[in-house]
Amino acid sequence: MTAVDTMATIRQTFFQECEEQLNETETGLLALEIGEADAETVNAVFRAVHSIKGGAGAFKFERLVRFAHKFETALDRLRDHRMEPSPGVMKIMLRSADLLADLVREAQGQQEVEDARLQALSADLAGLSEDEAPAPAAASDEGDSFGFQPLTLSLDGFAPVAAMQDWRIFFRPMPDLYRRGNEPARILRELAQLGAVSTRCDASALPLLDAFDPNGAYLAWTIDLATAAPRDAVEEVFDFVRDDCELTIETVAAASAAKDEAANGDGLDFTPLTIDLPAPEAAATPREKPKPEIAKLETAKAEAPVSQTIRVDLERVDRLANLVGELVINQAMLSQSILDAGLPRACKAFDDLTSLEQLTREIQEGIMAIRAQPVKPLFQRMTRIVRELADMTGKQVRLKTEGEATEVDRTVFEKLADPLTHMIRNAIDHGLESPEERRAAGKPDQGEVRLSAAHRSGRIFIDVSDDGKGIDRARVKAKAVEKDLIAADAQLSSAEIDSLLFLPGFSTASTVSDISGRGVGMDVVRSSIQSLGGRISITSRPGLGTTFSMSLPLTLAVLDGMVVRVADQTLVAPLTAIVETLRPKAQQVHRLGVETRVLADRGVFVPLIDVGREMGYRDDEADPTLGVVIIVESEGGRRCALIVDAILDQRQVVIKSLETNYQHIPGVAAATILGDGRVALILDIDIFVAGASAHAQSPLAAE
Amino acid sequence: MIEHNDNSAGVSKEFIVFRLGAMEFAIDIMAVREIRGWTPATALPHAPSYVRGVINLRGAVLPIVDLAERLGFPPIEISARRVVIVVQIGSRLVGLLVDAVSDILSQPSETIQPIPDVASEVVKLYVQGVFAFDDRMVGLIRLDHLTPPSIGEAA
Repeated sequence: MTAVDTMATIRQTFFQECEEQLNETETGLLALEIGEADAETVNAVFRAVHSIKGGAGAFKFERLVRFAHKFETALDRLRDHRMEPSPGVMKIMLRSADLLADLVREAQGQQEVEDARLQALSADLAGLSEDEAPAPAAASDEGDSFGFQPLTLSLDGFAPVAAMQDWRIFFRPMPDLYRRGNEPARILRELAQLGAVSTRCDASALPLLDAFDPNGAYLAWTIDLATAAPRDAVEEVFDFVRDDCELTIETVAAASAAKDEAANGDGLDFTPLTIDLPAPEAAATPREKPKPEIAKLETAKAEAPVSQTIRVDLERVDRLANLVGELVINQAMLSQSILDAGLPRACKAFDDLTSLEQLTREIQEGIMAIRAQPVKPLFQRMTRIVRELADMTGKQVRLKTEGEATEVDRTVFEKLADPLTHMIRNAIDHGLESPEERRAAGKPDQGEVRLSAAHRSGRIFIDVSDDGKGIDRARVKAKAVEKDLIAADAQLSSAEIDSLLFLPGFSTASTVSDISGRGVGMDVVRSSIQSLGGRISITSRPGLGTTFSMSLPLTLAVLDGMVVRVADQTLVAPLTAIVETLRPKAQQVHRLGVETRVLADRGVFVPLIDVGREMGYRDDEADPTLGVVIIVESEGGRRCALIVDAILDQRQVVIKSLETNYQHIPGVAAATILGDGRVALILDIDIFVAGASAHAQSPLAAE
Repeated sequence: MIEHNDNSAGVSKEFIVFRLGAMEFAIDIMAVREIRGWTPATALPHAPSYVRGVINLRGAVLPIVDLAERLGFPPIEISARRVVIVVQIGSRLVGLLVDAVSDILSQPSETIQPIPDVASEVVKLYVQGVFAFDDRMVGLIRLDHLTPPSIGEAA
């Protein structure tokens, strides 16, 4: 590996870590904002920002470093209670976190941050760091687990150093310091850059070889440093190791006074040996950080045993997932061959096959679990959007999230961000009222947007709801008539009017705002959800709010399907869409026009779809009474009945893309490979249902 | 390697030669991923007639194009002896159904001539040149125009 490669890898790791730190920052700040924070929260935020700064410094991302530094300074005040997390303060903090995220992206070359924005926020942060009267630094002792800052010693009347100052630093690394890959030599070298150093190593703790623990830490150093740099600069050298070492930094005069060892006080040339040994004792006491018991209890969740994780290249996981897919197919082929070989049912091969099936399924579930990730980061991204939109629209909005731990496959996860963003924008822009309007309607000024996720019957359900004014159905209908989307005299139910929002080219906002009126309508949201095998529906109550509900498959890799035969072709219908299957009697089938028929199913008329004809497999009309009818339901609860010749099997199938080597086919969601090794097409139920309502004017089963 | 003009001497390319009815055609061997026997394909709805369907190529869904029909000749009669040449076109894999593979040969590029004017427009679209080989005439298939059978021209 070349040096360039190594560098690129490290850079990549840095950005990955940034992502985590940014999440940590935002989570922490949000907790602070709603007052659910404890002492550790601020520290965690501070550490996260600090780590970003440190890493960015190594890669010379100047803008990022400078801003992170300002941010950190402000956070520091929050940390030692010189500033309270008031709403005003938190607003600036959260915006700063957003900007920090953008600067990280800028460093990656993904976007550019405007100077004006950077300067404005920097000024805000600087304002935070100044406006209140600075309390003595010494006040920082209680509850500060980050704490080891023996600032008390520095207050001994030593004027902030502009001139040369002599420091005595005692530094004893603990085993953790080495374990985290830190290197004392690097720290010593860094110190040497600040000024003239004289370093002595205390090796007295070194055991004999047979008692030597290779992972132990036995050395300590006393460093005398003469520098013009301020104390901060000296401390900064130890920033990354502070928690993993014993450290005292004192001016030489203070050190001497403290130890009654006097010696030659303020010079560089004192006798070293006498001072070496007492120093650790002096340092040991403040090291015991006083941590209140209560804080410990409260932070229990934050400090819950961190499970061990590894970083794995996504591609590797995907490759593994693909291979398991192949395994599933192969195993199905094997069962087929064993069946074809005509072995007796009782033979051992069948038992073995059953356990093989069990294993394959478990492996597959395991892989899926690896790829699954909680929706939390996704939801977190939305908090930012809410924040920005609230600022832009002048509305007061609070985002409430539920079920953040709900997991979904990565393939779905990635494709959710855009539709979700759009729905949130929609909810704030069109759904919520202005504070005045809300007050007039007897609602609190602050509107609420709720984002919730949950697992139900093998799918993930995500709801976006607001407590705004609801859909103005009269206006929606008028608009639809005006745009020629429906006939002027059309009789539509409330649900049907609401569904008009999903029609292409529909937008009700009378003034096209620059937020959601960008030509991307709810139709795009719906089609992107549908392309994920999902459904979206809308419910609205005037004056009370609107809810968009989505249900999506947990994964795009496998699907439970019903294998059916139509005109000698084998097809798969997704099980989740199937409501029931039945063998219709002749009197249940009614003709409605020349081409269309409906099926009476428990008093409801459902359009009958001849799959064989729709797919072009045969020209003549199928007789539903000879075959089987599958009642399927699509988004919005619409149903239709599909005529097939026979049901062959019900099984889990691996989803294969048709688009990779071919193209999208209307009515076909994807393909799969069956036990006989042949390709079977998976039906796109929603297209069939939509098609049915398009050319059959039949009463739909309205929910 | 020295840069050459298209018709300069010295560069030889290897080709897979196959039969479509009585005619012979060739494909640059660099585009060929594998050659396999015919297996029944799953028909695709709403597809042009020269798309015979899709088959399972070790887990990938591979569309099969009847090359004879694509070139405007009568469709290939299916039998177990028919051959599918799997070629890579851009990032896609496509199986070309042909009657039989007859040869692999190396041909200097300067011997490739433009198609004679008598050829039909369809042939001109998919054949980029011809060359002589043992008294036979071989047409060189222009792959990039064969597929996607779809985009822009779903029949």
